[in-house]
Amino acid sequence: MSEKILLVDDEEEFVKALGERMRNRGMNVSETTSPSEAIKKVESESFDAVILDLQMPEMDGLEALAALKKKQPELQIILLTGHATVEKGIEAMKLGAMDLVEKPADLKTLTEKIKKAQAKKMILVEKKTEERIKSIIGGKGW
Amino acid sequence: MKILEKIKPEFWDDEDIGAKVSGGLSNFRRIWQLTVLLTLVVTVFPLIFMTLVNYTAMQASAKAEILLHTSRLVSNTRRTVSFFLEERRFALNFIIEDNNVEELKDPFRLGAILENMKKGLSGVADLGIIDSSGMQRNYVGPYKLGGKNYSGQEWFKEVTEQGVYISDIFLGFRNIPHLVIAIKQRLAGDSFYVLRASVDIERFKELLSQLELSGMGDAFIINHRGILQTPSRYHGNVLEKISLPVPKFSAATEVFETRTSEGIPVIVGYAYITDTPFILMIVKQQGELMKPWYKTRTKILWFLGASITVIVFVILGGATYLVNRIHRAERNRAMIMHKMEYSNKMASLGRLAAGVAHEINNPLAIISEKAGFIKDMFTFKDIYAKDQKLLDTADCITSSVERCAAITRRLLNFARHTDVSIQTLDLKTVILEVLGFMGKEAEYRSISVSVDVPDDIPKIRSDRGKLQEIFLNVINNAFAALNDGGSLDITVKRQGDSLVSLSFADNGCGIAEADIKRIFEPFFSTKTQKGGTGLGLSITYGLVKKIGGRIDVQSQAGKGTTFTVCLPLVSEEKEGGNTDAGIIGG
Repeated sequence: MSEKILLVDDEEEFVKALGERMRNRGMNVSETTSPSEAIKKVESESFDAVILDLQMPEMDGLEALAALKKKQPELQIILLTGHATVEKGIEAMKLGAMDLVEKPADLKTLTEKIKKAQAKKMILVEKKTEERIKSIIGGKGW
Repeated sequence: MKILEKIKPEFWDDEDIGAKVSGGLSNFRRIWQLTVLLTLVVTVFPLIFMTLVNYTAMQASAKAEILLHTSRLVSNTRRTVSFFLEERRFALNFIIEDNNVEELKDPFRLGAILENMKKGLSGVADLGIIDSSGMQRNYVGPYKLGGKNYSGQEWFKEVTEQGVYISDIFLGFRNIPHLVIAIKQRLAGDSFYVLRASVDIERFKELLSQLELSGMGDAFIINHRGILQTPSRYHGNVLEKISLPVPKFSAATEVFETRTSEGIPVIVGYAYITDTPFILMIVKQQGELMKPWYKTRTKILWFLGASITVIVFVILGGATYLVNRIHRAERNRAMIMHKMEYSNKMASLGRLAAGVAHEINNPLAIISEKAGFIKDMFTFKDIYAKDQKLLDTADCITSSVERCAAITRRLLNFARHTDVSIQTLDLKTVILEVLGFMGKEAEYRSISVSVDVPDDIPKIRSDRGKLQEIFLNVINNAFAALNDGGSLDITVKRQGDSLVSLSFADNGCGIAEADIKRIFEPFFSTKTQKGGTGLGLSITYGLVKKIGGRIDVQSQAGKGTTFTVCLPLVSEEKEGGNTDAGIIGG
């Protein structure tokens, strides 16, 4: 099953290259350089994972993270940063980020994390479905 | 020399400390010397001066008192001696006026007069009437001197000329020391007669011996030629020549200082007794008289010595103490300034490094992805797939990017390690935060983590970022050692008043005994194949040191490892830390 990924980074060349490479590995990748566009996309589409730059001129990565999580709580977000600090990492974790990867990132590592994200997302979605079914069953008074 | 070495203050050889800091006091030894010298001069000099003045004044006053006392004694004694002689002279005068020559030539009459005289005046031994030819015409007394001719004797000539004569002490015909008082009475024409009385010197001796003389004093009478007229205690017997020089004539009482022939310093008081050949002398030994003064002098000198000793000690001690304090303060100032300079430099360097690293990371990411993309194209398109050269080139770019990335990470790490910012922290919160970071992995690998923080653990003052990094590194290390399904127990304990200890105990693979000693060394790693840098624990070690704590490890291969981090409740920034490890770390 191909993973559906959203890439968000202000460096256009970077997203283009990384997106292409991921596609080469059979992933379904959408790219954007604008966090606000990413937020819009999340509304209409479902992604297995979002790879999000922590520093962008338009919007701070953490802000974007919060906004994305608000739209879709089960969304798995992997942060990419050129300057990782423990404090930032912890803050990001608190906001619900799944992981934090330092730039320049190794595609292998990234892929592993994406796989984990997908698995997690599936568990969450399954749980949600189960709950919904249960609630439907419960609602009907079975 | 050894004692000197021991008591030598710490600043003594430390002259250059001030030079390190601008505006510092440069030479502590010099300050000390100046302080000691100045304080000594302004305290000891006036003390010595005042003591000297006092000493001189007291000595002078003691001497003056002695001289005055001696002079008064001499005056009084002279008056007594004078009076004694005058009295007898007047008596003779009265006799010679009251009786005519015929009456006086009558032995019974003269005898009666002598008897009466003896009743009132002591010392008169005999009376004689001598005519102008020198022949004794009448004599009453204990000796047979009637008919004796005195014409050849000195005293007779003298009385003939002067009218009154008081003789020296002499032995005379009787061979007993005595003196003679003679008075001439004129008759008609040139003829005259002389009334002569011998006076024993017993009375003189009594008179002089009755004087209470301090300072081994000696009172006696000499004549103008220096012959002793009364016996003296220390200066010879009657009619002997005195060992002291004859004092020069003075109408008043005089006192002078001299030395005896033996060299003993003496005070001599003397007075010429008018109309007689006598000089009254009182000689006192100066040493004896000055004894009370010597006692006082000893006291003064002792007091002076003791005061100076105490002053010198207090000044030396005080100056040493103060200069030591200044020296220490100066050294601290130098150290703090040096530290500040250093940390400022480090902080700006850190900011620069962080900026550079951060800016470089973004283009590096692009290069990395582009190189990866090129490689992908080669890999996925058959035309290039077999061209090993192209693939190697792409790999080379990727690995170079990796190297660059490692460098920027080090730079960032370095920047992170330069500042220590102390804040009040709850240890449990910090641990849980870090665990939150690792939580996913624990969940994923089903590692059970327990955190035991007793309620009595106070909040500590330390650097949040550093603590997080330390815990993260240690927990990471434990996770690496743990198999899936293992456990990690984190326990916090209080150690005394100022320390808390955190132990991170895992039941993982443990560390071989041979490796334990080296695990905190940089570049030591057992996970080299798995991508360990060998820097994690050495950086941790440096970080713990930097916030004033220490880290220990106990481990048994196969059973597990316990890392114990001891932290001060209040952390102060430590100089140096492990910046080098910080630069290397990544």
